[in-house]
Amino acid sequence: MKADKPTTEAYQRLVKRKAPRPPLLRNVIWAFTVGGAICAVGQVFLGFFLLRGMPLREATVPAAAVMVGLGAFLTGLGVYDEIGKRAGMGAALPITGFANSITSPAMEFRSEGLVLGVGARLFTIAGPVIVWALAVALVVAAVKTLVAGPTGG
Amino acid sequence: MDTVTGLGLSSFAKAFVVGGAICVLAQLTLDLTKLTGAHVMVLFVVLGAIVSGFGLYEPLIAFAGAGAAIPLPAFGHALVAGTLKGAAERGFIGFVSGGLTATATGLTVAILFGFTMALVFRPRG
Repeated sequence: MKADKPTTEAYQRLVKRKAPRPPLLRNVIWAFTVGGAICAVGQVFLGFFLLRGMPLREATVPAAAVMVGLGAFLTGLGVYDEIGKRAGMGAALPITGFANSITSPAMEFRSEGLVLGVGARLFTIAGPVIVWALAVALVVAAVKTLVAGPTGG
Repeated sequence: MDTVTGLGLSSFAKAFVVGGAICVLAQLTLDLTKLTGAHVMVLFVVLGAIVSGFGLYEPLIAFAGAGAAIPLPAFGHALVAGTLKGAAERGFIGFVSGGLTATATGLTVAILFGFTMALVFRPRG
């Protein structure tokens, strides 16, 4: 037993060195890099609208809309789902991922028809997102108005 | 006063780091709980609405620009801000319509593009 111990430790060190990086760390690095990169691209468009003299609160609207269009287009080309396989929430959480969640099932269920295929499946993920966001936003706004009075946001 | 001044180098750095960090929080939620990706997206939109209710999301956008405005919590924030704006301007009708009014541009583009892409492109594989 006593002689075994160093070799066991050495073996453990070897395992530690040779083992692939834990998926959690790898996933986090991918999510940070891709999510950050997508937001930096968004900053290009936000900067464009700010330089045109829009106030920040207004400029975020067309900037987000351009990113939505871009996300949908890259999904159409088959690029976005490839990025998403590695980037996980780094691709899913930016608004481009919301566009992807609409476009991807819409394309996939094209064969089920334009109404119940495309028209319905389009909202597979967007539906829950919109329903929950709207419901919670109304409650939050109502509570805030009751607590602080009408604020105008 | 807006602290985001457009195309300065630091505005890209802040957008990258804050946007990346929000995505990391979502990734950790996905990997460390049993929630699916769709659940995490819903959760973060809801969190955005709640953070907005405490008045904290607007300053985050002022600091990080697209780093806060592009991740999905911004959708929850936009709904809350739009609802409050509508309520202040038009009372109860504004309270009901303000949220979707504020988010109409993004939603319309998303639905229109999603539909068009499904007509134009065929899925791979």
